[in-house]
Amino acid sequence: MTEKIRSLDMEHITKRFPGVLACDDISIHVGEGEVLALVGENGAGKTTLMNILMGLYQQDEGRILINGEEVRFRGPEDAFAAGLGMVHQQYMLVPNMTVTENVALGYQQAWKPLKLDLKMVRDRVIEISEHYGLQVNPDAYIWQLSVGEQQRVELVKTLCLGARFLILDEPTSALTPQETDELILLLKRMKDELSIIFISHKLNEVKALSNKVTILRHGKVVFNGETDDYSPQEIAALMTGHEVQLPENKEPDMHGAPALVLKDVCVRSDRGFLALDGLDLTVHEGEIVGLAGVSGNGQRELAEAINGLRSVERGTITFFGVNLANKNPYYVIDHGMGYIPEERNVEGIVPPFAIRENFILKDSDRERFSHLSFLKKKSIEENAKRLRDDFDIRCPGTSTSAGSLSGGNIQKVILAREITRAPKFLIAVYPTRGLDMGAIEFIHRELLKKRREGIGILLVSEELDEIINLSDRIAVIYKGKIQKVLPHAEANRRNLGILMAGVNEDE
Amino acid sequence: MDFVVNLLAMCVPFSVALLLASIGEMFNQRAGVFNLGCEGVMAMGAFIGMLVPFMIGKGGEVANYWNYLGILAAVMVGALLGLFFGLIVVTFRAPQGIAGIGLQMFGVGTAGTLFRHFVGGTQSVVGIPNSPVPLLSKIPVVGDIFFNHNLLVYFAFLFVPVAWYILFKTSWGLKVRAVGTYPRAADSMGINVNKTRYQALMLGGALAALAGAYLSLAQAKMFSQSLIAGRGFIAVALVYFGHWHPVQIMGGALLFSLAQTFQAAIQGLGINFPYEFAVMLPYVLVIVVLSFTSRNQTTSPSALGKPFNREIRT
Amino acid sequence: MKMSRTFKFVYKLGIMLVAALAALLMASIILWMIGADVSQTFYTICFLPLTKTLHMTEVLIRAIPLCILALGISIAYRSGIINIGAEGQMAMGVLAFTAVALAAPDLPRPLLLPMALLAGVLGGGLWGFIPGILKAKLKVSELLSTVMLNYIAAQFYTFCLRVLMLDPAEKMTGSGTPQSMRLTANIELGRLSGRLHYGLFIALVLAVLVYLLMWKTTFGYKMRAAGSQDRAARYGGINVSKYLAISMIISGGFAGLAGGIEIAGVHRRAIEGVTNNYGFSGVVVALFGGLHPAGIVPASFLFGLLIYGSTLAPTRVGVPANIVQVMQGLIIIVIVTAQMVLSNKYLEARMCRRWNALFHKQKEVA
Repeated sequence: MTEKIRSLDMEHITKRFPGVLACDDISIHVGEGEVLALVGENGAGKTTLMNILMGLYQQDEGRILINGEEVRFRGPEDAFAAGLGMVHQQYMLVPNMTVTENVALGYQQAWKPLKLDLKMVRDRVIEISEHYGLQVNPDAYIWQLSVGEQQRVELVKTLCLGARFLILDEPTSALTPQETDELILLLKRMKDELSIIFISHKLNEVKALSNKVTILRHGKVVFNGETDDYSPQEIAALMTGHEVQLPENKEPDMHGAPALVLKDVCVRSDRGFLALDGLDLTVHEGEIVGLAGVSGNGQRELAEAINGLRSVERGTITFFGVNLANKNPYYVIDHGMGYIPEERNVEGIVPPFAIRENFILKDSDRERFSHLSFLKKKSIEENAKRLRDDFDIRCPGTSTSAGSLSGGNIQKVILAREITRAPKFLIAVYPTRGLDMGAIEFIHRELLKKRREGIGILLVSEELDEIINLSDRIAVIYKGKIQKVLPHAEANRRNLGILMAGVNEDE
Repeated sequence: MDFVVNLLAMCVPFSVALLLASIGEMFNQRAGVFNLGCEGVMAMGAFIGMLVPFMIGKGGEVANYWNYLGILAAVMVGALLGLFFGLIVVTFRAPQGIAGIGLQMFGVGTAGTLFRHFVGGTQSVVGIPNSPVPLLSKIPVVGDIFFNHNLLVYFAFLFVPVAWYILFKTSWGLKVRAVGTYPRAADSMGINVNKTRYQALMLGGALAALAGAYLSLAQAKMFSQSLIAGRGFIAVALVYFGHWHPVQIMGGALLFSLAQTFQAAIQGLGINFPYEFAVMLPYVLVIVVLSFTSRNQTTSPSALGKPFNREIRT
Repeated sequence: MKMSRTFKFVYKLGIMLVAALAALLMASIILWMIGADVSQTFYTICFLPLTKTLHMTEVLIRAIPLCILALGISIAYRSGIINIGAEGQMAMGVLAFTAVALAAPDLPRPLLLPMALLAGVLGGGLWGFIPGILKAKLKVSELLSTVMLNYIAAQFYTFCLRVLMLDPAEKMTGSGTPQSMRLTANIELGRLSGRLHYGLFIALVLAVLVYLLMWKTTFGYKMRAAGSQDRAARYGGINVSKYLAISMIISGGFAGLAGGIEIAGVHRRAIEGVTNNYGFSGVVVALFGGLHPAGIVPASFLFGLLIYGSTLAPTRVGVPANIVQVMQGLIIIVIVTAQMVLSNKYLEARMCRRWNALFHKQKEVA
C-alpha cells in the first residue's frame, strides 16, 4: 500500500476540445478526510476535469500534485496505483460479465500468466463489501442488477482496486430520492477513511454531504468556499451566473376532452421482457401530464409504442378516437402527433443532413416542400430561415449539418420542427437532459405556451423539479405500470420518490 | 455404410480451414473488430505457405519440415496483415466493413500477383502427409473419421478448447471480451483498448493465414487464385452462426464442410446432378443460416464494428 | 481557436497527398518484390493507354460498365447498404439479356433491344432485391449475403452457359468453351469507334438521372435519410425497410443493365468472365467518386484506365495483371482511412495549434 493521500491539488489545469475550452486554468485543492463538492451546470467542465485527474485525458497545461509532489498519470492504471478511484456517471460495468469479472478487469494481482485467478478477486469483493457494508452478490451478472445495485458494485469495484480517494460523478442522477438518502448516509460513514470529490448539480445533496464547494462555470472556477457558509440559493446563483427562475405552471386548470387514452397496454422491450405491463393513462387536451420514474421502467417503450416505433402486444392507444396501436410512424405523424424523442442525436435529427433538410424530415411529401416529388428548394430554405430566427438556433447557416450543433441547439431544431408542424398533441421525452439553464428555460416556456394553446402534452422526465414545475397531473411509472396519478397540488419530492421506488402506500 | 464413413472422414479435414479462420475471426469480433478481409488474409497465407517449400525445393520434392517453415512464414504474414488492418480500423478508425473489403482485395490481389510471378501457373506440391495416430487410428470407423489425418487437423480441433480457455479463463480473454462489449468501461479500468484490439487482430490474422496455408499445403496441395473460394467470408458468417463461441463455431464448421463434401460425394456416386448446384450449396446454406440467426443477436459483442475514441462521448 | 483558410487548405491537401503517397508506396513495394521496374509499370498502367485512340476506346468501354455499376452502388451506399454483390447482379443481368435475345431473335431491333435491356435490369434487380429484403426484414448483413450471392450467381452463370445456352456450334465441335451462340444483330448497340459503343451515352444520361433522383426528389431525400441515420428516418415516418429494399433493386438493376450493355455493345454473346471483377471495381469507383455522380463519371474513366493499363502490363513490363486488384484494394483502404482522418476534429485542432505556433514563431524571428 502506498502512503495516505493527505492532500491533492490540481493546479492551473487547461484542456481544449475542438471548438471548446473545456477547462480553463482550473485549480482545486482537497485535504485529508474532506469532501469537496464540484458544482456546475452541464458542460461546465466538471467531468472533463475529473477524467484528467484519472489519467483518462491528458491536460494541455497545468499539473497535479499528491501530498505536494507532482504526479503524471498516463492512464487510469496509474491513478489507481496512486490510490484514486472514480465512479463514473454512466456506470463502467460490462453488462454480460459477473461482478467478480468486472472487478478482475482492473485487479492486476489476479492476472496470472496462464490463468485468471477469479477466486482471489471474489474473496476480495466479499471482503470489501463486508467491510463497508455494501451488499453485492459477486456472482451476479451486471445486467441482472438494478441501477442502485450497479452503483454499489461500482463503489465496491473502486474500493477493491485500493482507492483511498473517491471521485463520484453525479452518483445520484439515476437513483430515487430514497436511494439517494441511503447513498449519502453511506458516504458520510466512509469519509472517515477516505477523501471524496463529489460532482453534482443537486444542491440539497451538496449541502448534506460536502464541507467544501467549488463552482465551475464555462470551464472556469467561479467560486471556492465552505459549504456551510452558503445557502443553496446562493450556490445556484453562482452556478448559473444569474438568478434563474424556471417558469412554473401556475395557470388555472383548463383541460378539455381526452386526447390520448392508453388502456391495458403491453409492450416488449428489446430484450424480450414486458417493458409495459398493462399500462393505463389518459392525457387531456390542454394539460401537461408528467411521467415520473427512474429511467428504464418503460418510458422509452411507452413513447415508442405510441409513435408506431414498437409493436404493441395487447391493449389500445386511442388518440382522438383512433387506435394507434401497431400503426406505422407515418400514420401516427399524419394524425397529428408531435414527438420529441429521447435520443436527440440519433433519432431526433439526421446528423449529416443540413439543418434545413432536418426541418422537413416529417414533411418532405407535403405540397409545401415538394411538387410531384421534386423538392422545392426555395420554400425549404425560407422555412429554415424562419425557424432559425424564431427559435434562436445558433448556427453558421441553414446548410450546416445538424450533427455539428451543440446539444441545446439540436434540441431547438427538433422542438422547432415539432411545434411548428401544428401538432394536436406532443410527447416530450427527457426534453432538457444535459442542457444548460438557458436552453431549459426556453424549452419550458415553449411547452407551457403549447399548453395554453390547448394542446395536451405528455412529459417524460427524470428531473422531479421539472415535472413538478410544469405538470398539471403527475403519473408515476414503475416496472411498466402506472403506480398512481397525482394532481399537481398533492405531489412532492417525497411521495413521488416513494412511488418511483415501487411502493404504493394506498395498497 | 462405407459411403457415410468416407463422407465423414472427408468432412473432418475439410472443416479445418473454416474452423481455424472462424476461430480467428471470433477473436477479432470478440474484441469488437469486424474483419471482412479474412478472405484476403487466407489467400496470402495459402500462397506464402506453399511458396516457401516450393522455392526451397525449386519446384521439386522437399523434406516435410520445410512445409512447417512455410506455415510459420504464413502465420507471420497473417499476423502482419492483422497489424495492418489494426492500423486502418483501430488507429485511424476507418469503417470496418468497407475497409475489410479493401483488405480482401489487397490480399487476394497480392497473392495472385506474387503467385503469377514466382510460380507462374498451377503447380502441385507434396504437402503435408497424413500422420495417423498410433492405435487410435486402427479403431474401425472412428479411427478413419477422427484419427487418420495430418497434424494440422489435430491441431485445429485441439485448438477449440484452447481458444475457449483463452477467452474465458485468462486475463487476456477477459480484456478481449470487455473491449468488445464496453470499451469505455475497459478503458476506465486502465485497459489499453486499442492494444488489446491489435493483439486480437494479430491472432485472428495468424489463424486465418494458417487456415489458408492448410488449404494449399494439406488440402488441395497446390495454390490457385480461386483456392479460397469464399471460405473467408463463410468463416465470418460462421462466427455469427456459432454465437461467438468456439465450440458452437466448431459445430458450424463441420456442418458447412459436410455441405462441401456432399458435392464431392455426389460426383463420386455418379449421380447426374449439375455440379454447379452442388458447389452452390454451402453459399446458399450461409444465406439461409444468416436469415435465421441475424435477427436476434443479443449475444453479439455490443461494441462490434465501433471504433473506440476516448475523447468522444456518446 | 480560429482556423485560417490557408491552414485548412494545407491540412486537407496534406492528408490527401500523404494518403496517395502511402498507396503508391505500398503498390511500389509489391512491384519491387517481383523485381519490376516501378516507374515503367506506373507509366504503362496510367499513361500509356492515353497515347493512342485505340487504347482510349478500350479504356472507355471499360469505364462504361464501371460507371453504371458505381452509380447503382452509390445509390445503395447512400441508402445505408453496401452492395458488393454487383458482380453477381451483373451476371444475372447478362443471363436475362441473353435469354431474351435467344428467345426472340426475330423481333425488330427497336423492340428487342429495349426488351432485352429491360430483362437485364430485372435480372440484376431481382438479384439485388434478395440481399435488400434480407437486410430489411431479417437484418442479414449485406456484406456477407451479397458475397455469397456472387458465388451462387457465378455458378449459375456457368451452368447456364454450359448447359442451357450453350452454343450449338460448340456442341458439334466440342472445344468445351462454355458460351452462348453469337446473338442476333437485333440486340447490338451501335459503335462509335473501335469497340466503343453507344453505351457511353447511356452511362452519362444515367449519371444525370441519378443526380436528380438522389438530390432533387423526395424519393432520394428519404433514401439518403434512411441511409444516414435509420432511426431518425423511421422516427420521421420514413419506411426504412422499403427504401432499403428499393435501393437494392435499383442498385441491382443498374448492375444488370451494365451487364446487358456489355453484351450488346462489346461481346455480342454471353461468354465466361464477362463480369471481369467489375462488381468489386465498381465499389472502388463509387467510393473514389465520393458517392456522387459528378465524381463517379471521372472516377470510372480513371479506373477504366487502370484496368485496361494493367492488361498491357504483363507483356510490356512483365507485371501480372492482378496488380490492378492490389491497387484497388489499397485505394479503398486509403480512401476510407483518409476520410476518417479528415473528419477527425481533434487531430485538426491539434494540428492547427502546431501550425499557429510555427507560424507565430516564424513571425517572431522575422
